Amino acid sequence: MMMIINIAGFVLIALIVWWFWLYKPAEVEVAKDNNTVKVIVDNGVYQPARIKLNAGQHSVIKFIRKDSSPCAGMVVFPDVEVSEELALDKTTSVELPAMAAGEYPFHCQMQMYKGTLIVE
Amino acid sequence: MNKAGEKSISDVSALANSRLDDSRLTHSTQELIIEGAGCASCVGKIEKALIQVSGVEEATMNFALRTVTVVGHADTDKLIKSVENAGYNAKSTSDAGDEQLLDEKEKSEQQYYQRLMRQMWIALGLGVPLMLYSLAGGPMTVATMLERGIWLTVGLLCAGIMYFSGKHFYIGAWKSFVNHSANMDTLIALGTGTAWLYSMVVVFFPMALPEMARHVYFEATAMIIGLINLGLALEVKARGRTSEAIKRLIGLQAKTARVVRDNKEIDIPIEQVLLHDIVRVRPGEKIPVDGIVTQGHSSIDESMLTGEPMPIEKNISDEVVTGTLNKSGSILFKATRIGKDTALAQIINMVKRAQNSKPPIGRLADVIAAYFVPVIMIIAIVSALAWLNFGPDPTIAFAVISATTVLIIACPCALGLATPMSVMVGIGKAAEAGVLIRNGEALQTASKITTMVLDKTGTITQGAPKVTDIIVVDNRYSENEILISVASVEKGSEHPLAQAIVESAAERALDCSLANISDFQAITGHGVSAISNNQQLLFGNEKLMLNNNVALDNFVSTAQLLASEAKTPMYFAINNKLVAIIAVADPIKVDAISAIERLKNNGLRIIMITGDNSATANAVAKKVGISEVFSEVLPEDKAKKVAELQAQHEIVGMTGDGINDAPALALANVGFAIGTGTDVAIESADITLMRGSLHGLADAISISKATLRNIKQNLLGAFIYNVAGVPFAAGVLYPFFGILLNPVIAGAAMAFSSLTVVSNANRLRLFKAKDH
Repeated sequence: MMMIINIAGFVLIALIVWWFWLYKPAEVEVAKDNNTVKVIVDNGVYQPARIKLNAGQHSVIKFIRKDSSPCAGMVVFPDVEVSEELALDKTTSVELPAMAAGEYPFHCQMQMYKGTLIVE
Repeated sequence: MNKAGEKSISDVSALANSRLDDSRLTHSTQELIIEGAGCASCVGKIEKALIQVSGVEEATMNFALRTVTVVGHADTDKLIKSVENAGYNAKSTSDAGDEQLLDEKEKSEQQYYQRLMRQMWIALGLGVPLMLYSLAGGPMTVATMLERGIWLTVGLLCAGIMYFSGKHFYIGAWKSFVNHSANMDTLIALGTGTAWLYSMVVVFFPMALPEMARHVYFEATAMIIGLINLGLALEVKARGRTSEAIKRLIGLQAKTARVVRDNKEIDIPIEQVLLHDIVRVRPGEKIPVDGIVTQGHSSIDESMLTGEPMPIEKNISDEVVTGTLNKSGSILFKATRIGKDTALAQIINMVKRAQNSKPPIGRLADVIAAYFVPVIMIIAIVSALAWLNFGPDPTIAFAVISATTVLIIACPCALGLATPMSVMVGIGKAAEAGVLIRNGEALQTASKITTMVLDKTGTITQGAPKVTDIIVVDNRYSENEILISVASVEKGSEHPLAQAIVESAAERALDCSLANISDFQAITGHGVSAISNNQQLLFGNEKLMLNNNVALDNFVSTAQLLASEAKTPMYFAINNKLVAIIAVADPIKVDAISAIERLKNNGLRIIMITGDNSATANAVAKKVGISEVFSEVLPEDKAKKVAELQAQHEIVGMTGDGINDAPALALANVGFAIGTGTDVAIESADITLMRGSLHGLADAISISKATLRNIKQNLLGAFIYNVAGVPFAAGVLYPFFGILLNPVIAGAAMAFSSLTVVSNANRLRLFKAKDH
């Protein structure tokens, strides 16, 4: 019996490692007109959280904050030193400078809400 | 991801689009501000353009206010586009300003606080009686049918509490999970969920468990939800206080302005002021936008932006800055920067941006925070397995308690908040003292500076030199003739000393326009040369004279004597023959000595750097108490001196005026630009001191040190808490002392650990730079 429980425990650990660290979500939101994307902030997450942008072009992320937690109130793009306060139930446009190809994370102040810009 | 996944994302986007469109279409009446409408005939053109937009029923323009009211359900963007197509610019008045956003933020935070408190009371309403019952020795076990019935009722009540008071944790945890991320909600949901599920198993299937393990933990679930809601509510309140500095800056903005339009003075909201509007400001009123005085004179209190206590006299052509206070006279000024372009708006933006940047010290915490939650989940599983394999009976109950406690006690928020909260308060505090810090990195490096290099002119001295002596060597020329010649040459120079000569000639009402100057040449670090009436004029330092074979004889000692009095002597030669020595002195700033003393008391090595001759430089340095001087340094060599100091492993701060010293400022570990706070040059320095006083420099370093100390305390506290708390929760003390942490205590500890971090950051608000 204990053997099964132990194996189940280790399988669970392996699943955690795979699900949270190793798995790379395939779905991304691709920026449309003028490198612009809309993101909803609700229930502790950015939706979509993975966004594809064009390299070497200014971009605009329009955040619509539905989550009243103060954690949702600030979005930070650390690599480009951009941060913006997000007003509740409003659209806040965050303008980003042209970026070279690569992955750029964005998150709330405490890094509990997380997203990634994939610049290609 | 599969097709379904893709669809859901596009659905979200479509939903966002529709919500966006809705918000832009809801106005039945909306107002636009029109720019570029110079004549009354524009009115018809603009109204006609707007009425053609679909959904517009009526468009009426108020020419005096340059606003147009549009009735109908039209998209604001389309309205703006139609005005632009007609050849004008337009913006919506519904675009919220900083102050409105701040009000809305405070309102939403207040609502959030009240909701959390309500949820807290509901959860504790069940949790506290259960807890007291348990502490009083009441059996929390399921042995009889009656007990099963009672605990089933309690379990259902608890489920209700999980829904009403803790729904946000479970939804947040699930949304994060499907997004392959984990956060604080994940830990709370797993911890409380495990305790509740185990208890329900005990209620429904008591026989499946050993008798000793038939214990319910509903009180833990309810108490943890209640306590964490309480912690979050208190954190919301404490967080509000961390942004006080930015609120104060936003509060400086006037709400209305009195503008002159069509020869009438009218009061209009600040958003409607247009570029080049003539604005009237009466005594006691705030300057509403940036501008240049066109009529009248007054003294303006700029202390709220620069920290400079004395009001500044403003006359025609002087600049006035948004948010400063008109003290005495009524003035008219032309608006030169409005809306988001004003110096105040830029300062607010810069402070906001800096408040959200992280100093390098916070990066380790960021890396840890990124892996933290899944690691805690793994530790909880390992802990449960350890109890199941090696623990005493009832092993399953111990395993559940330890896993729940590990999940609940870990607090990624405390780690995540440690750095940003202190940076927010520290940078805000600095802004209050007239010190603009560009980012967290500058803040951290400023706290480590070992050597401070101070430029002389404009930094230690006032930067407004005056002619003090004219020593005539060749008696064929009078003092005035010499001054006319030199001022005529120097008119073409941008050097501050040249300005002193030109001003001195102007003070004596000498006419410098008759001299026919040609072949003007500025020789960097030496002086100037020019041809006037077929004569070669040379004006500059000893090197210039020697390079041109001008005999100085024993006048070198006269010049040295002047230099020893902290004056800058310059030679004037006509056709390579010495004619006069002109001395210029730049008064030392009144508080330079005390400020330099403060910097030295901070343990800094202070070095003065100047292009001036060594005698003058040494005399100034001696007066202000500086023992190390780099004199006769060409502007381009200042950066080399900084590099030499860095090669000696010094962490170098360089203070200069931000323009001439740009390469040295850029190369230094921290560049301080002095007295350019109202200029766009604030972008170019790591730290900008908005007032001329060097006390700003000492304040900047003190605040940086205090902030770094605060960050370290927070990080240390958060690390120790998590590193010590998690093993304690897992039960490492049990084999030695028989101690196992109660999950409720872990919940309380988690709730208050992030509150402690925010409160410690708030202590920085009480920081006071030393009196000066």
